[in-house]
Amino acid sequence: MLIKRGKMILAQAFCLAVLASMAAAQGELRFCLHTEPKTFDPLKVEDDASVSIRYLTGGVLVRLNRQTQELEPGLAESWKVSKDGKQISFKLRSGISFSDGTPFSADDVAYTVQQMMDPSLHSPTGDAFRSGPGNVETKVISPTQISITFPAPVAGLDRQFDQVAIISARSPKKEMAVLGPFMVADYKAGSTVLLKRNPNYWKTDGHGRKLPYLDSVRLDIQPNRDVEMLRFKRGELDLINTLDSEYFDKLAATFPQMVHDAGASLDSEQLWFNEVSRAPLPPYKKNWFRSTAFRRAISLAINRQDLSRVVFRGHAQPAIGPISPANKFWFNSKLKPDAYSPDAALKLLQSEGFLLENGTLKDKEGNAVVFSLTTNSGNKYRERMVTMIQEDLQKIGIHVNVVTLDFPSLIERMTQTFDYEAILLGLTNVGLDPNEQMNVWLSSSENHQWNPQEKTPETGWEAEIDRLMRLQASSAEPKKRKEAFDRVQEIAVEQSPFIFLVNKNALSAVAPTVQGASPVILVPQTFWNAEWLTVK
Amino acid sequence: MKHLRTTAIAVLLLVIGISLSANWLAPEGYAKQYRDTPGAGPSRQHWLGTDDIGRDRFARVLYGTRISLLLAPAAALVSTFMAALIGGLAGYLGGLWARAAMAMTDLFLSLPWLFLLITVRAAMPLNVSPVVSVVVTFSLLGLLGWTSAARVLCASALSLRQADFVRQARASGVSDARLFWVHVLPNLKPALYAQFWISIPAFILSEANLGILGLGVAEPLPSWGSLLKELEGLVSVGEEPWKFVPLILLAVVVTSFQLVLSAQEEAAV
Amino acid sequence: MLGRIARHGLALIATILLGGFLTAVLVRFAPGFDVDQDEIDPHLSSQTIQALHDARTAQHNIFRFYTQSLERAWHGDLGKSLSLGQPVASLIRERTPLTMRLVFTGLAISWGLALAMALSASWMRLPAYDALTTAISGTFLCLPAAVLALLSVLWNVSGALAVGLIVFPKVYRYSRNLLGKAYSLPHIITARAKGLSEWRIVFWHVIPVAGPQLLAVAGVSVSIAIGAAIPVEALCGLAGIGQLAWQAALARDLPLLMNITILVTLVTLLANSGADVIGHMLRGHEA
Repeated sequence: MLIKRGKMILAQAFCLAVLASMAAAQGELRFCLHTEPKTFDPLKVEDDASVSIRYLTGGVLVRLNRQTQELEPGLAESWKVSKDGKQISFKLRSGISFSDGTPFSADDVAYTVQQMMDPSLHSPTGDAFRSGPGNVETKVISPTQISITFPAPVAGLDRQFDQVAIISARSPKKEMAVLGPFMVADYKAGSTVLLKRNPNYWKTDGHGRKLPYLDSVRLDIQPNRDVEMLRFKRGELDLINTLDSEYFDKLAATFPQMVHDAGASLDSEQLWFNEVSRAPLPPYKKNWFRSTAFRRAISLAINRQDLSRVVFRGHAQPAIGPISPANKFWFNSKLKPDAYSPDAALKLLQSEGFLLENGTLKDKEGNAVVFSLTTNSGNKYRERMVTMIQEDLQKIGIHVNVVTLDFPSLIERMTQTFDYEAILLGLTNVGLDPNEQMNVWLSSSENHQWNPQEKTPETGWEAEIDRLMRLQASSAEPKKRKEAFDRVQEIAVEQSPFIFLVNKNALSAVAPTVQGASPVILVPQTFWNAEWLTVK
Repeated sequence: MKHLRTTAIAVLLLVIGISLSANWLAPEGYAKQYRDTPGAGPSRQHWLGTDDIGRDRFARVLYGTRISLLLAPAAALVSTFMAALIGGLAGYLGGLWARAAMAMTDLFLSLPWLFLLITVRAAMPLNVSPVVSVVVTFSLLGLLGWTSAARVLCASALSLRQADFVRQARASGVSDARLFWVHVLPNLKPALYAQFWISIPAFILSEANLGILGLGVAEPLPSWGSLLKELEGLVSVGEEPWKFVPLILLAVVVTSFQLVLSAQEEAAV
Repeated sequence: MLGRIARHGLALIATILLGGFLTAVLVRFAPGFDVDQDEIDPHLSSQTIQALHDARTAQHNIFRFYTQSLERAWHGDLGKSLSLGQPVASLIRERTPLTMRLVFTGLAISWGLALAMALSASWMRLPAYDALTTAISGTFLCLPAAVLALLSVLWNVSGALAVGLIVFPKVYRYSRNLLGKAYSLPHIITARAKGLSEWRIVFWHVIPVAGPQLLAVAGVSVSIAIGAAIPVEALCGLAGIGQLAWQAALARDLPLLMNITILVTLVTLLANSGADVIGHMLRGHEA
């Protein structure tokens, strides 16, 4: 009798153990990608759709927790960054395999880094680590230990590895063998990407249950936001990762529990004037655009509160500078937003010799202040913003011609012909570390948008920004970096090469069938913890 | 039919009259932004509500009517004339002329003219006046919109070549030019009227789509095309039926045009 | 006869090749050709940006590019898409069936609706009915294609219905006018007076007269339907040629655009040539 009871207890315990080790069937998560993914190779990823797929399939050494904004161990149990910021050492977890069963070791990390830094690959992921000339050295100490040395200090070195998905050095499936929670199971070009649970994913929950909980993730390729919204309302989608503000309000009116406003995101919308000396513009216009007082006056004449309230339905904040207040560590809290003041704008312009005559502003040479403001077509928020700015500037006698162009034509004018006067665009997918904006602030860079690729800085303040950006990039001390970058922000506001307009809020929608979602401001806002989500 | 024609003419005149009275009916104009009431529904102050940045929709419909009602028919006339010239003439001449012209027409139909339009926009200065931009847009539409009709007109003219009255006229010594202009072309009216009627709304809608290339009616000028684009946010239109007013207005105007044209055809027959 | 077919075939091929070349020229010299949308990403280094530019160097000399493309195409290689990184041949092969189904189903819907309305309007000659059919077709003519596509998503119906409703008003107007003209001819009045049934009049005397022109409309409607497929596929998320063409246009993807244009030119030429041949036979029959 006792033995029989004992056997029963053992059997029950065994069943419980088996159940505990199995991931429960927890459904399929469905949402949309807005463009076709260009590649599944994690080292070549650049576009948003491919970044999303990499996030879900790629195994990384360290993971930035999108909620706490702190680094957490991933494939690496622990890591150490040298004082000079050039070297990082990882202690890896053992007993991990890729999705196809190939064992994971330090050799794979070395292989990934070498591939990433190979100049012939032109890996966008690798670009974040290219802080100076020279080769990267990888030293495999043991199957679970590796140290990587870069030729120059890399700012925020450990955080950069959040974007580095490790690929196998040996697997015949190459980059399709993954270490992340999901793997690509099917891809129908123009239609769907289906991700299935990675049976070899290393992570378990607190009860020893294997993650992810979800069976699969279905990503439908749908560029049109109206259709995405329709399908979400019909229950064909489980979440909308970035929700338009007008749809937010419509949904909130009927299903308030489905919408999430995580507050100001890191993204910004800004406009700038063409300060390129070789631009095909009349000299008097170049003089306007190069005048700090002119740019400051334009900034004062734009009603940012109205832009936030009208265009984004209150789901945006007036921008103060290059860093969003949501970036708590890096934001310079001493900066104050430009108050809307057409009178102050006019005074500033008058100090530069501009005169308001019969409702038209003229410069000291008698030229009427007329310029074009260009943005990309198809973005209804930007189109509305430029129209509102047109009216704001009309009040101080400035006539603005609104032009919307298709994106390639716009980029060509911005980067090659410099045939434009003012452009309104945004910075999106902005990361926390200001070093990611190095190529925006360095005067010699291609992306120094108001005046790219300067041979030498053309103004004293640009030279100062160059110095400060290099200083913060070469320092491993957060306090020193913060001081330097705080000053960059102050100069950026004083000189206004960019007129920062708004920081949009991070809006998303999650169906009630999804359990465990906790939308945040960092990308990917809603599925950053996909391995913990379930769908009823 | 006579009553319908009279009604159609009256409707067209009414629409034209109202659009010309925009300065009195909507004195605040089409550009003023009532930023405290964006996306509002109809009210005493805003009969058709406001758009997404608070501009009075009724004013924009009135002012937009002027632009679209003037330029779209003009562009339609251009495309119809070109179709008549190319398709009609090719069909009348027949043989190798017709084959070559139709092969070129088919080629013209297949090419991605989007890139020509982008190039035209690039050639124009950024600070081009809205009037110039609008005129260039509708001119381009007229110059590019003749191909479908040309094919139909060619087929019609080919049929007419063998008609008894044409053979008789030729035998009587009537010149080719006179034969084409006086005898053949009038018999192509069914296809010509169809082309004209189809082109008007097609060009109005195309003008709005050309905004994506920087052509079309520049802000803050309104047009029917840009007003109809509001319908593309269809998820919410069901709750905002007043956004359909430009569509209803355009449909009424287009129908009225056709009723007037139909009456002309009946009179010709 | 064989010689005639050979001449027609050669003319077809020459037109298609010319279409491909002209497309290449249009795309190559359009603004934005030499840029990549990714190059304004501040994360990219100068070398990566340069690599993005270098990817298009092969297409700078349009004559060389075109002749090399033709050479490769002779061996079945249509090149690689710049924007999607996949072979053009497989992209087109995968997507053509869906677009063909969409286009031809849409055409069937549009012609069915248009002919039913046009025939009934021409036959009945009731001004009120005529005004009603004009108003219906006029309303659909005024609806943006994007709205019709969105409606098809909203009502969960096939995109082919949207294509059909975009094409139908154009087909209707031509058909109505041509059939109306045919109905007003003297021999129809005679046939009616002689007591022929309406069905016989329609099929033996009206349609043959309007036939060549209706066939021309049919040929042209194929091009219109292909054009309508672009917004419908893009909005309904249908992975067809239309969606591919739109993506390729935005990315200035020359290899893809050139091959899609060649395909579209071929379909257009075949449709219109077929209409011409049958029309010619009908005209010969009449004579």
